[in-house]
Formats: sequence, C-alpha cells, structure tokens
Amino acid sequence: MGTRMKKSLVLLPVIALLMMAIVLAGCAGGTSINITGSNTVTPLSSVWAEDYMDANPDVSIAISGPGSGVGIAALIAGTTDICQASRKIKDSEIDQAHDKGVNPYEIQVATDALSVVVHPDNPVSELTIEQLSAIYTNRLTNWREVGGDDAPIVAIARDTNSGTHVFFKEEVVQMDGLPTEDTSLEYGNQVLFLPSTKEGVNEVAKNVNAIFYPGLGYVTDDVKPLGIKRTDEDTAVLPSVETALDGTYPIARPLLYYTDGVPTGVLKDYIDYCLSAEGQEKVTEVGYVPLP
Amino acid sequence: MEHSTSPTAAQVLGKNLRRRWRVREKFIEGWILLAGFLAIVVLLGIVILLFKEGVPVFLHTPPWEFFFGTKWYPVSEPPTFGIAPFYVATFWVTLVSTAIAVPVGVACAAYLSEVAPPKIRETVKPIIELLAGVPSIVMGFIGLMLLSPLIQSMFNLPTGLTGLTAGIMLSLMSLPIIVSVSEDALRAVPNEYREASYALGATKWETIKHVCIPSALSGITAAIMLGVGRAIGETMTVLMVAGGALAVPVSPTEPMMPMTAAIASGIGNAVQGGLQYQALFAIGLTLFIMTFTVNVIADRVLERQKRKFAR
Amino acid sequence: MRRKIRVSRKLSQRIALGILILATILVIIPVLFIIIQIIVNGSGAISWEFLTQPPSDAGRAGGILPAIIGTLYLMLGTIIIALPIGVLAGIYLTEYARDNWLTRLINMAIMNLAGVPSIIYGLFGLGVFVLAMNFGMSLLAASLTLACQALAMTITTSREAILAVPRDYREASLAIGATKLQTVRHVVLPQARPGIITGAVLAMSRAAGETAPILVVGAAFLLPGLPQSPFDQFMALPYHLYTVAAHVPGVPEATMWGVALVLMVVVLSFNIVATVIRLRARRRRST
Repeated sequence: MGTRMKKSLVLLPVIALLMMAIVLAGCAGGTSINITGSNTVTPLSSVWAEDYMDANPDVSIAISGPGSGVGIAALIAGTTDICQASRKIKDSEIDQAHDKGVNPYEIQVATDALSVVVHPDNPVSELTIEQLSAIYTNRLTNWREVGGDDAPIVAIARDTNSGTHVFFKEEVVQMDGLPTEDTSLEYGNQVLFLPSTKEGVNEVAKNVNAIFYPGLGYVTDDVKPLGIKRTDEDTAVLPSVETALDGTYPIARPLLYYTDGVPTGVLKDYIDYCLSAEGQEKVTEVGYVPLP
Repeated sequence: MEHSTSPTAAQVLGKNLRRRWRVREKFIEGWILLAGFLAIVVLLGIVILLFKEGVPVFLHTPPWEFFFGTKWYPVSEPPTFGIAPFYVATFWVTLVSTAIAVPVGVACAAYLSEVAPPKIRETVKPIIELLAGVPSIVMGFIGLMLLSPLIQSMFNLPTGLTGLTAGIMLSLMSLPIIVSVSEDALRAVPNEYREASYALGATKWETIKHVCIPSALSGITAAIMLGVGRAIGETMTVLMVAGGALAVPVSPTEPMMPMTAAIASGIGNAVQGGLQYQALFAIGLTLFIMTFTVNVIADRVLERQKRKFAR
Repeated sequence: MRRKIRVSRKLSQRIALGILILATILVIIPVLFIIIQIIVNGSGAISWEFLTQPPSDAGRAGGILPAIIGTLYLMLGTIIIALPIGVLAGIYLTEYARDNWLTRLINMAIMNLAGVPSIIYGLFGLGVFVLAMNFGMSLLAASLTLACQALAMTITTSREAILAVPRDYREASLAIGATKLQTVRHVVLPQARPGIITGAVLAMSRAAGETAPILVVGAAFLLPGLPQSPFDQFMALPYHLYTVAAHVPGVPEATMWGVALVLMVVVLSFNIVATVIRLRARRRRST
C-alpha cells in the first residue's frame, strides 16, 4: 500500500501539470508559419511575429535562431517557411536548393549597422577600415599603435554560427571594395570567438582593452561606438539609423528573409506587414535600421 | 468434494493455458533480451554515426594535417581544418580543473569519511550533491558574470575569459563526483586496517595518510578519472567563459576553445553533409575516443578496487 | 628528543585535520554562494505572470510558461522512453544474463554511455532522429536524444534496485511454482520499485538541466503556443536561459536570474523527491 500511495503522490502533480498545460494550450488549428535561421534577426522577427499574431489570432508563428546556415539548410530541406539570414545565400547553397527543387527568393527586411565598440575609458574614438583589418588579423596588437594607451588590444568576434562572422571578414578584414582589398586575409588566431553578441558587448563593457562589432541593436550605454572612416581622408562616421540609411556609415549589411519562390497567402501577408510603415517602425525599436 | 469437470478435461485445459502462458512469457522475455542489448546498440550507433559523418573530412584534409594543423578556418574558401588548438585547450582546461578538484575533493572525502561526526556528514553530503544539480548553463553564467572580471584583475590579464576561468568552474562541477566516489572508496577500507594502525600507536592523521588513502587508492583514482571525463566533456560552461580564441594556447591564462566549444560554435552554421559538418563530427569522434579511453581506465581501476576488498 | 617528536606529531595531526576541514569548507562555500546568488538575484523576477504567461517582446517581458511546460514535456518524454527500457534491461542483467563476455560487454557499454559528453549526444540526436528519421526539430527527437543519455542511469539504478532484492524472496516464489517471469513481475519488481523510481526521478532531473543536446537538436526560441504533439517544436528552460542571457539584447538582469532560479527549483525539487523516496525505502527495509 505504501509504495502505491507514494507512486500516486509522484504522479499526481505531474498529471495536474499536464492537464494545466493542455487547458492553457488553447485550441489548435489555424495556419502556422515557421521562421528559422539567424539569431541576429531573431529579436526582430519575434517582435513582428508577436504583433502580427495579435492582429491575426488564428495564425501562429514559431521562431528559432540556431544560425543562418541552419536556416538556409532548413529552407532547402523544406522544413521551414521563412529563412531569416544575416548573410547572403552562397552560390553553392543556391545550387543545392535548385537540386532539391527549391527556389530561394530574397527579401531584404531591414538593415543592420555593425557598430564597432570599445570601453568608454578607451581614448581612441575613430579608426579606418584598414586599421580595423590590421587589428582583426593581429597585425596591430597594442592600442598605442592607433593613438591610444599602452595596452594590449583584445579583438572580439562572433563564432562561425553567426552570419556576422563572414560578413565582417569580407567587408572589413578583407577590405572589400577598397584598393587594399586582400581576399586571402583571415581572422588572426588571437581573436576571441564568442558564442553570442551580448557576451561580446559585456566583455567590452568590463574590459578596457576590448573591441567588438555588435549590431546596432545590441549597443548599450556601457560601451562606446567608434567613428569609422573608409580611408584616412574620409571623415569618421558614427553608426546610427541615419548614417546607415544615407550610406555614409561604411559597415552596414542587409537583414534578409528567404522563401521558396515568391511568397503567397499568409506568408505574403506577414512579410507585407514586416515591410509596411508600421512594421518598419518596429525595426528602430529593436535597434536595427529600417528600409529607406 | 466432487468436481463438476472430469480430471482429464481439467488437465487438458491446464496444459493449454500453460502453453499460452509460456508463449506470452517467451514473448516478454524476448523484449527483455532486446532491452539488454540496447545499451550496446546505442553506443554502437553513436560510434557508427560519428565515423560515418566525420571520417569523410579526411578525404579533404589528410589526418596528419587535421590532427596536427593549427589553422581552423571552416568558412573560408578553401576551408582549412586543423584541430590542434582545440585539444590543447581541452588539455589545459582539464589540467586546471583536475589540479584544483582532486586535492580539494580527496581531502574533503577524507574528512567526511574519517573525521566528521555523522551529523556533519549527513548535512554536508546533500549540500555537495546540490552542486551536482546546478545545470552547466547556470555555472557558465556565473563564471561569466562573477569569476571572469575577478580573474582578469587578479592576474592582470587582457581578458578574464580564459582557460583558467573555465577550469575553475569545471572543478566545481567535478567536485561532487570526486568527493562521492572517493568517499565510497575510503569507507570500503575495512575497519580492521584502521584499528591495526591505531594499535601500533598511529594518530588519526597518520592512519588516514598511511593506511586509508593508500588502500583506497584504486577507488580514488577511479574518482579522478571520472572527474577528468566530466571536465573533458563539458560544453556550455567552456563555451561561455573559456574565451574562444583559435591560437594554440601555451598557458592556461590565455583565451582558448576546447573541443566541445568548437563543436557547439560551428554546428549552427554547418550544412548537413558539408565540409564543416564533417569536420565537426570528426572533432566529436576524437572527443568520444578520449572520453571512452578515460572511462575504460576508470572502470578497470574500479574493478580492481572491488576485487581487492571482496571477501 | 622524544618530547619533540610527540609535539610535532600532534601538531602535524592538527594541521592536517585542519586542512581537511578547510577543504570541505572550500567545497561548501561555492555551493552556498551560487545558490544564494541565484535566489537573491532571481526572486525579483518571479511573479504569477512570470510563471504562467508566454514571453513577449522577444523574451524581455512576459513570462516563461512555454519554457517550463516544454521542459516538463521533455522530462516526461525522456522517462517514458528510458524507464521501461531501463527496467527491462535491468531485469535482463540480473535475472537472465550469464557471466560471459557478452554481459561484460553490455556492462562496459552502459558505463561508457554514462560518460559520453552531452554534445556528442546532441550530434547523435541530430544525425539520427532529426535528420535520418526525419523527425525534425521536435519534442520527439529531443526526448529520444535525452532518453539515450538517460538510458545509462535508468539501467544502472534499475539493476542495482533489482539486485538488492534478497534471494529468499525469489526462491520462495519459485518454490510455490511461479515461473521466472511471474516471480520478477509479482515479487521482485514491487520490492525494487522505490529504487527504480529514484533512478527515474534523478534521470528526469538531469534531462531538465541539459542544454547542449537541445542546442544541437533544436529547441525553439519563441513559440506562440504550447506543443500539441510530439512532432511539434518546443521551448525549454535551459535553452531559454542561454538565449536571454546570450542572444537577446536588453533583457533585464533579474529576468535572466529568474529563469535560472526556476530551472534550479525544478531540478532540485526532483532531486529532493528522489532522496525522500530513497530514504523512506531504506527506513522501511531496515525495520
């Protein structure tokens, strides 16, 4: 008798919780949209999804952010409706998609200005793309070499899970579009590859020696954004919604949605909302840059 | 008493029922047999999967270059896969973790087993078990927010995200298992040994040092191996605090990326079947072989301990 | 000369014992420190809303109900798969297996499964359940993955619990004509039940805290509703903690600690239930 009672004592709360869950789950049915991919775009998609679901209660939108690469793979495999990406789809991936009968359709939904930040006590306040490249290839290792204090530079980057990793490498490290462009350059091996943007910002806020490139939406008051100059002759531009929109800020990248073919039905309705004036207002709230 | 059915009919009925029981029992016993082998099936499944998905990378990068190369550029074109930075980082982190957890853990086990009054034992043991229950993500979080700035200022380092920081958090996570298994090993030492030692005039400490610990050495070694296995295999904590740098670390105070973190840092981007995917599975295979070896050694040593004191 | 030796022996004894006590304190302090930190920093976020509402504003506001439910579903899914297999395997190892190389191989396999890093289980789950069996990033795939990890624990604890049942019970049952299976079902298992349940509860608690496997197999960041079927996506507490701590900008610090607190409470309450069951059974057996 004793063990039987004990067993039901354990089972009872479990059953109770299950019932609560079923009750709270509400009714199923309606349409659903699956969005997966970049964790940079995730906060933006979440806010859009919430608002859209408030306005359209019979649509449910599920979001996951394992990484741009996984999102693209999911689009190719047909397991997601929308792939959110912080990098462009590669040619090899487009080929893979065509092999599976999938036609990736690209929609730019917002822009992200990559803000280069340092600790507020760091006297350096502007850098050129070339200097940034030298820092991230570990050719420049001391702040004194760029006009700062005599202290080691701790260069922080995102790991390969993030689309930002590749974007920054091509745009800044390899100096895409500049006369000094060099596609053989790689990140230096003293660079810290952190698993999350927030952690990178945290580290810069705590560490006088650190430098990092978070998206605009992740910049807090505890860190100081640097003015970036394309070359020595340009004027340094601070990252902001305005400078990203008018193109004066040199490090801006598109945030993208990919669908299989041109979106129709609920998908089209949702994406239309994201691109609408109302939706784009949310972009600034989250901290990214709306479309012009 | 007279039965309503004749004895022969009852016998026939009984035999049929028994046969049906036997068939049903054989059926259930089949499932039991299957379940018994399932552990092997899962383990084999893991090995086969790691091999199948990981070995193809050696078609792209020869094993020599993979295991001794120091450059890891998985998303470049062409990609290079050298994993030396990762297992050296795993080595450092494990070394730090073991160097802290073993002396502290064994000493604590000795205290609990030999010195502590039962009331204190009963209070302290659950507290240590509590440490085992703290999820690794929480440990990583605490290491990040509290330990890393401390390490940075204490050792005057460029950053507090280092192998040392990760090693310290890992030692906290290995401690419960080291304490628990060492304590079991010490308590298994027969009391006659201790009494003989006291009879010769030794003090309590001398008994512990010269009698108890040497006798329990096999079990303590097994405990150490289990702790080492835990440290090698931990992911979330090292992902968050070890630093993530790709240079081959020459000192634990450098930021580094152990093998588990390397896998976690890339799996989000890797497309199934692609080169990066294969390379990550190859790291997984290497990691598996390392922990497998450590576990087998621990098991052998524990067997020896059990046989020693079996009467 | 003799007095000097005696003093130094006594002194070294005191010092040595002092060091042992110090070591123990060194172990206890971090535990208490961590628990207190979590409670102090996290309790500010706990409210009825926090526990019963879904997250809003990308996790910065609202509650964590889907993560709690998701974790509970995961625990249930894991144990529904791992416990029956564990018990059956435990029965095999104690009642049917002979002392040969095959049994030793099985035991070695079990011991090794216990030591496999959790990220390897993640890779296994990804390769087999998510991709090959095409279950996708679902509760089913995640539960199967965590169940593989829990298997070592359920088999071991079931085996120990069944081994602990005295032989007399079995012999008495066989003497009155029961078959081996009947003995197991009606005599051995009921006696072993507390031990088996303890192992099951501990396995569930471990499954609740795992992050790496579900990171790889794919928990969702945001779900509008709760999973309706095993093939649905799910949220989970450890993954949610990782996401709000590492990936969402602007999450109030109290919220992060609050998630950690809820996770710890879930894990610890299951640990306490397991300990209570174990102690009660031990007390009953000794009377």
